[in-house]
Amino acid sequence: MFVYEKKLLYPVKVSSCNPKLAKYLIEQYGGADGELAAALRYMNQRYTIPDKVIGLLTDIAMEEFSHLEMIATMVFKLTKDATPDQIRDAGLEPHYVNHGSALYYENAGGIPFNASYIAGKGDPIADLYEDIAAEEKARATYQYIIDLSDDPDLNDGLKFLREREIVHGQRFREAVEMLKENYSERKVF
Amino acid sequence: MKQPTVKAMNLLEQLQALDFTLVELRLYLHTHPDDEKALQQYNETAGQRVTLKEQVEEEFGSLAPNEPFTPGQASGWGEGLWPWQL
Repeated sequence: MFVYEKKLLYPVKVSSCNPKLAKYLIEQYGGADGELAAALRYMNQRYTIPDKVIGLLTDIAMEEFSHLEMIATMVFKLTKDATPDQIRDAGLEPHYVNHGSALYYENAGGIPFNASYIAGKGDPIADLYEDIAAEEKARATYQYIIDLSDDPDLNDGLKFLREREIVHGQRFREAVEMLKENYSERKVF
Repeated sequence: MKQPTVKAMNLLEQLQALDFTLVELRLYLHTHPDDEKALQQYNETAGQRVTLKEQVEEEFGSLAPNEPFTPGQASGWGEGLWPWQL
C-alpha cells in the first residue's frame, strides 16, 4: 500500500510567475523521459526482476513519485498567478483552452502521456539497461531546462533533481553488476 | 490560510534534510549491504527523525495518515496547508 507523507522531498521555490518555464517543465511531468514515466516504469518492473533488485526498484519508484510532486509544485507555482496575456505570451493558449489552469500529463509540445514511453521486457538486464538509459535521458532533459531557465530559485530544485538522476543511474549500474555476479556463480550440472 | 512561521519552515526543512539522508542511504545500502558505516549512519539518522518529526507535527499537524490526532496539534492530516501551498 501507499502512504502519503505531507511534505516535499526537497523544498521547491520559484522567484516569480513564469508560465514559459512551466511550459518547458511539463516535459518532466508527462514527457517520455519524465518523472511519471520513471515512476510507472520501475513500479511495473518490480514483479519480474530478481529478488535482489526489488527493494532498489521500489525505493527508486517511490522517489520518482516524489520528484513528480516536486515538478507539479514547480508548475503550479509558476502559473498560479498568470494572467491571460502572460499565458498567451508563453504559448500556453492551447493548454489553457483545453485544461484551464489545471496540470496535465503531457510533454512540452502538448502531446498527452503515453504508455509506449515505458518498456517492460521481463529480462533483468534489458530492463536495467533501459532504466540506466532513462536516468541519463532525464538528466539531459533537466540540463536543457536549466540552460533555458533564468530563475535561480527554480534552478536550485532542478539541480537537485538532475543530481538524483545521476545517483539513480549509478545504483542501477551497480544492480547490473550484482546480477552479473549471480550469473557467473550459477552452477551448471 | 495562514502561512507557517519562519521557525516552522526551518523545522520542516531540517526534517526534509534528514529524510533525504535516509532515502539516499537506503538506495546505497541496496547495492552495498555490507557497508557497516552506512548502516550505522542510517540507524542514527532514523533515530533523530523521531523527535524532529514530533516537533514538525506540532507546527503543521500530522504529516501522514494512520497516526493518532494529538490534542493541541495544529490539525489532522487532511487539514492545513499542502506542500504546494507553502
